[in-house]
Amino acid sequence: MSRSTRSKPGLERRRFLQQGALAGAALVAAPRVAEAQAAPAAQAPPPVMTHAAEGAEPADVLTLRDDERAGSDFMVDVFKSLGFEHFFANPGSSFRGLHESVINYGGNKSPELITCCHEESSVAMAHAYYKVDGKPAGVMAHGTVGLQHASMAIYNAWCDRVPVYVILGNYADAAIRRGAEWYHGVQDAAAMVRDFTKWDDFPWSLTHFAESAVRAYQVAMTPPMAPVVMVLDGELQERPIARGERLVVPKLSMPVPPQGERGAVEEVARMLVAAEYPVLVADRMARTPNGMTLLIELAETLQAAVIDQGSRMNFPSRHPLNQTLRARAAVTDADVIVGLELADYWGTVNALRDQLHRSSRQVAKANAKLVSITTGDLYIRANYQDFRRLQAVDLAIGADAEATLPPLIDAVKRLVTADRRRLFEERGAKLTQASRAAAEAARVAATYAWEASPVSVARLSAEVWAQIRGDDWSLVSSYYSNDQTNWPRRLWNFDKSYQWLGHAGGGGIGYGAPAAVGAALANRRHGRLSVAIQTDGDMMYAPGVIWTAAHHRIPLLWVMNNNRAYHQEIMHVQKMCNGRNRGIDRGEVGSQLVDPNIDFAKLAQSMGVHAEGPITNPNDLGPALRRAMAVVKKGEPALVDVVTQAR
Amino acid sequence: MSEMKVLVAVVLLALAGPPLERSRLAAEPALRTQESRPGAAASQQPSRRGPGVPAAPLGRVDAGGVLFKKVGCYQCHGNEAQGGLSGPRIGPNLFPSTRFFEYLRKPTGEMPPYTVKVLSDQDIADIYAWVQARPRPPAVNTLPQLAR
Ligand code: HEC
Repeated sequence: MSRSTRSKPGLERRRFLQQGALAGAALVAAPRVAEAQAAPAAQAPPPVMTHAAEGAEPADVLTLRDDERAGSDFMVDVFKSLGFEHFFANPGSSFRGLHESVINYGGNKSPELITCCHEESSVAMAHAYYKVDGKPAGVMAHGTVGLQHASMAIYNAWCDRVPVYVILGNYADAAIRRGAEWYHGVQDAAAMVRDFTKWDDFPWSLTHFAESAVRAYQVAMTPPMAPVVMVLDGELQERPIARGERLVVPKLSMPVPPQGERGAVEEVARMLVAAEYPVLVADRMARTPNGMTLLIELAETLQAAVIDQGSRMNFPSRHPLNQTLRARAAVTDADVIVGLELADYWGTVNALRDQLHRSSRQVAKANAKLVSITTGDLYIRANYQDFRRLQAVDLAIGADAEATLPPLIDAVKRLVTADRRRLFEERGAKLTQASRAAAEAARVAATYAWEASPVSVARLSAEVWAQIRGDDWSLVSSYYSNDQTNWPRRLWNFDKSYQWLGHAGGGGIGYGAPAAVGAALANRRHGRLSVAIQTDGDMMYAPGVIWTAAHHRIPLLWVMNNNRAYHQEIMHVQKMCNGRNRGIDRGEVGSQLVDPNIDFAKLAQSMGVHAEGPITNPNDLGPALRRAMAVVKKGEPALVDVVTQAR
Repeated sequence: MSEMKVLVAVVLLALAGPPLERSRLAAEPALRTQESRPGAAASQQPSRRGPGVPAAPLGRVDAGGVLFKKVGCYQCHGNEAQGGLSGPRIGPNLFPSTRFFEYLRKPTGEMPPYTVKVLSDQDIADIYAWVQARPRPPAVNTLPQLAR
């Protein structure tokens, strides 16, 4: 049935019936969907309604009675039952009912509203917030203009397989729309993001809402996780709940993530134990902090090389078996490669050469055995191409990698003999040496251009590390450089699940700044020191996030990696210039952020944030960071603008 | 720094320096700076020159510094040629000018080519001179910020 043709009694009629003719009658107050179906037999007959009576305005009824509640109050009951602690939103009238319920009925606590200045910021905040401790957040937005702003960030979360719970307001019933609500009204709001969300619904009644709201949560949180959308009709939010309407908050029952089939898991264990050079590659593997603990146990049991591709914090950066800094060498040497939730298996074992004529070649040995364990095999969507190139593997286990690690560890332990263990130890010693050498080389590499101005990114990372290393820190954003080998990953000691939060997912710029705020909010309750290495181009998408951090007293140390350009793009254009061989000195045109230079300290100060800069002398950085840290430790954001080299 | 002249020889491909395992380099530019570089001997002296091969232009340090920025080397290799995440460190004292010339003209990995049409031999000689003149970094253990 099309929504526009459905017959729906308006607010006025409901109020009239409820208070006049049929006090307490369940029939009238029943959800709309039920009305369309057969009515229960033993109910009182419906009142005789004339057209005039139905349309009449009960002008005297302007406020909720003390014993009445609004539809969105019940929605808040359901959201509270799901454990939401924060809703991120830029205010919008199509969800004004829910907004009021959150702050008054719900007491603005669990969920608490976080005021955002752009819907893209709201979603990116929720995205990174989830990655800190595995709890999704809600985002409220207009079903039309709000979602249009939010869509890129939803796409990022989709590509990153992160649950974001998007709540959209919309006025379905054309007969009651105010003028602006026509612009904010849409038949199928979720359509524009349906290719990159996992599920959506537009409930017609509060019972329908309750079930869909819980279902949406379950769907979003079941691996492979992804954003979901609930479209909430404005009238359903705003109208009073009919007295006698039986509304139940459904119980949340989370499905257990699927574990690999036993025979297949044993096969992988046999391959790993027999291998000369097994390599474990993890990308979106660690769903929970336990993921890292399990991967350490598996790697140590086998003394196997581990590569952490960095979409999650999978493995301690300084673990002796961590070969991430020499990933390609490890892949080249491998005879068995086990991919754990890899977004890009093909790219792990092949290389694409990006020149005028593109070419590719396999980098893994031709006879290397490839295994994949991923829920990616269980779910795929068309249109957007984030699924990457098809990689043939020897054994594909369609299951959740973290959930599959315990039986895999057990199976490996059962198979290890004393002989194999001796070999494992020799292998482990070699890997330890190789990872130490790579780490040492990184330290030495950081010394080059140490005194240079603009400041080298290595120097910037070293200076930040020197300040935070004694604290319980979390790097909430630093993602534009190569994820596996960026400077913090090379130089800092990452060994806790919340210290590294991966990246944008879809590569959509503008994620970094809001992600830092969302993650810092989640870190706040744990008293952690949140640090962001913030690129300038990213900040300029929606700098209103600085205000959100200030307003909500979110402690966050923002260190600008201000190279005054969209630097990645300069390199791309330079490649084109060289390849086309007709001018190589204009590659920067169109991608620089100079003339005038942006003063990020002033920008932050204008929103009430302690800020210093632009810092061009690397020796000024340490003292500025110390002053900023003192502010952050008092519970507020602070920003240090550092003029840096490229990356 | 005052102008320093470095003699650079243009040498044909046949006289290329020590062979490099290009395939791996190409695939993993980010790791280039981190692994020790076999055969990356320091070389400031003129390279060997075959019979009939013209002498390379003299490199001019200051001009090289301007070019390093202007033609985009800094983008991938860092402002001081120190290496970044997109391109490895390329000096000072990493390889002879022969390799430098050879690689710019015919890169085998991700680096974009620089042809004679857009970058003359003199330009390359200048850039090489500037790269060779970069200051040595402080010893890593003297930098408390880099303490493990
Ligand atoms: C778009 C990025 C980019 C630009 C611009 C660029 N390079 Fe490179 N360069 C690379 C990469 C990446 C490598 C590593 C090998 C590879 O993948 O080609 C490299 C390698 C080199 C090497 C060889 C290093 C070795 O170990 O043999 C030299 C020399 C070099 N570059 C010099 C230059 C100079 C001089 C310029 C400017 C005229 C320049 N590059 C511009 C990316 C770049």
